[in-house]
Amino acid sequence: MGHFNYWIVIYLMMAGFYIMIVQGNLVKKIVGLNIFQASIFIMFISMGKVEDGTAPILVEGTTYYSSPLPHVLILTAIVVGVATTALALALVVRINEAHRSVEEDEIHEQDKSF
Amino acid sequence: MLLLGFLAITALAVIHLRDLFAVVMLFGIYSFLTASLFVTLDAVDVAFTEAVVGAGISTFLMLCTLALTARREKAKPARTLIPLLVVVITGATLVYGTLDMPDFSDPSAPVHTHVTPRYIEATEREIGMPNLVTAVLASYRGYDTLGELTVILTAGIGVLVLLGYRKRGEKR
Repeated sequence: MGHFNYWIVIYLMMAGFYIMIVQGNLVKKIVGLNIFQASIFIMFISMGKVEDGTAPILVEGTTYYSSPLPHVLILTAIVVGVATTALALALVVRINEAHRSVEEDEIHEQDKSF
Repeated sequence: MLLLGFLAITALAVIHLRDLFAVVMLFGIYSFLTASLFVTLDAVDVAFTEAVVGAGISTFLMLCTLALTARREKAKPARTLIPLLVVVITGATLVYGTLDMPDFSDPSAPVHTHVTPRYIEATEREIGMPNLVTAVLASYRGYDTLGELTVILTAGIGVLVLLGYRKRGEKR
């Protein structure tokens, strides 16, 4: 049972991956990418957790703190993640303007008929 | 544990729903669940960043995109067997990888014995800040955070270039 949460994380990760492969809709692909991303965040944060530990803010009378290093890493990753999401969504809007569609197969059809 | 279960259900719902508005809303719920999970895992700073940035800004941006594009998803995917196979194989490989990892919240894991004690012990003396996450983020890894700002700036310029072009074209 010691790895239970890692397995759930892998399940979530694979759910995001599956959405990215199977779905033809570009917005849904980005949602899948974000689910994938968030599951990796959960994995890193759960690595930092320590038994009987508290949040890494120094207070009197506590000896165990969860590791602050994964937290810092993931803070940066969240912000970078939203930046990439914003860029991807902007691309989707542009694609929609050019092709009048956000469905992958319709865009492929239009590209073939050029 | 309960939160992880909720997350799993939300992910399943995202796979099955065809209404994109519902999908985006579920993604917001997913982000909030993640944020609550971070609180239970002692990562309070990460939790509020995820709540604001993940659940707030990302969901808002996706809703804006939906307003500009289509609300509903169209065709049902035809072939799902090969993707499912790929996903299951990848997942099985990853599960195999976790078997070598230390148990959850094990105090003798390398994460807690290798570099972390140094930061916990020295931050008070070197930086004089009680919040270790802030101390590492803004002081020990200050340049890293500066680099992160460059990434956001680049993404911002990218978005402006992609979407601003259209407005100028319309004026002509």
